[in-house]
Amino acid sequence: MSQILSPGTKAPEFKLNVTPDQKLSLNELKGKPVILAFYPADWSPVCSDQMALYNEILPEFHKFDAELLGISIDSYWCHTAFAESRNLHFPLLADFEPKGAVAKKYGAYQEKLGVCERALFVIDKEGTIVWSYLSPMGENPGADGILEALERLSKKKKS
Amino acid sequence: MNLKVPVAVSDHSQGPEDAPIILIEYGDYECPYCGRAFPEIKKVEKHFGSNLRFIFRNFPLREIHPYAEAAAEAAEFAATKGVFWEMHDNIYLNQRLLSIPTLIKLAEELNLSIADLERTIEKRAYESKIQKDFLGGIKSGVNGTPTFFINDQRYDGPPTFNSIVASIEANVK
Repeated sequence: MSQILSPGTKAPEFKLNVTPDQKLSLNELKGKPVILAFYPADWSPVCSDQMALYNEILPEFHKFDAELLGISIDSYWCHTAFAESRNLHFPLLADFEPKGAVAKKYGAYQEKLGVCERALFVIDKEGTIVWSYLSPMGENPGADGILEALERLSKKKKS
Repeated sequence: MNLKVPVAVSDHSQGPEDAPIILIEYGDYECPYCGRAFPEIKKVEKHFGSNLRFIFRNFPLREIHPYAEAAAEAAEFAATKGVFWEMHDNIYLNQRLLSIPTLIKLAEELNLSIADLERTIEKRAYESKIQKDFLGGIKSGVNGTPTFFINDQRYDGPPTFNSIVASIEANVK
């Protein structure tokens, strides 16, 4: 398994396609907590469950003013079809060319299989990673860790 | 993973309160895997008899299952009339036909008010209870449906009679 970036690290900047003519950069989301969910592939059963689950929890993430981004090496056409079929309400970024470049920066690229690891990062509004988790590839990591990290962030802000 | 929300009186429960085995399901009425698990759970309940208490909590995946929430509302509504388990069971038994007319038909069979059911679904009368179940599930590490907990420990095996019984026998002394 890969060695992913750990809390305290500055989150590497990226700019990736969401749709054929729309790109999104991490920088644009400054001022808000960001959840990055790297996952191996659109359509595979576990991923679908994981993304479907996050889609349901989206209103909870938004309560913390957090933005969720899914990232895989699939192309934006594939992402578009996948998001439409699952009714997803958050952006899926295409780490497609050069393949896995962003995942590699986060230590979340599985060289042997040529896909992203199933890795989660919570980034604070200043752009620092505050929580990260590498899940076994075949396992849906759920959202409890993400919610706990967001809760800690919002408490820190208040105190 | 451990259950973060302890069993409470507001839970829908079958079996004695002091049963040594507590099996909790986080389920979605429209989820086909929950549908397949339904008869398996019935067998597990029968197998352990009064040694097991079964609890069902809502975990509707609304974005992929258009009737999951309406079904959860119907079951919660039935609960207020003392027929939660009848409604719960009948929804799973008719899962392939799940729709608003099906829920109305099931309510009719239980002599529940159709008008009240329609109002419940329309106004999402039990949304806060359903959402509370859902969030508690997320915090406890529920990552899909069905997810089971055996005495507060998440059970990650297949939702089949043999496997659940084996896990209970291995873990509950």
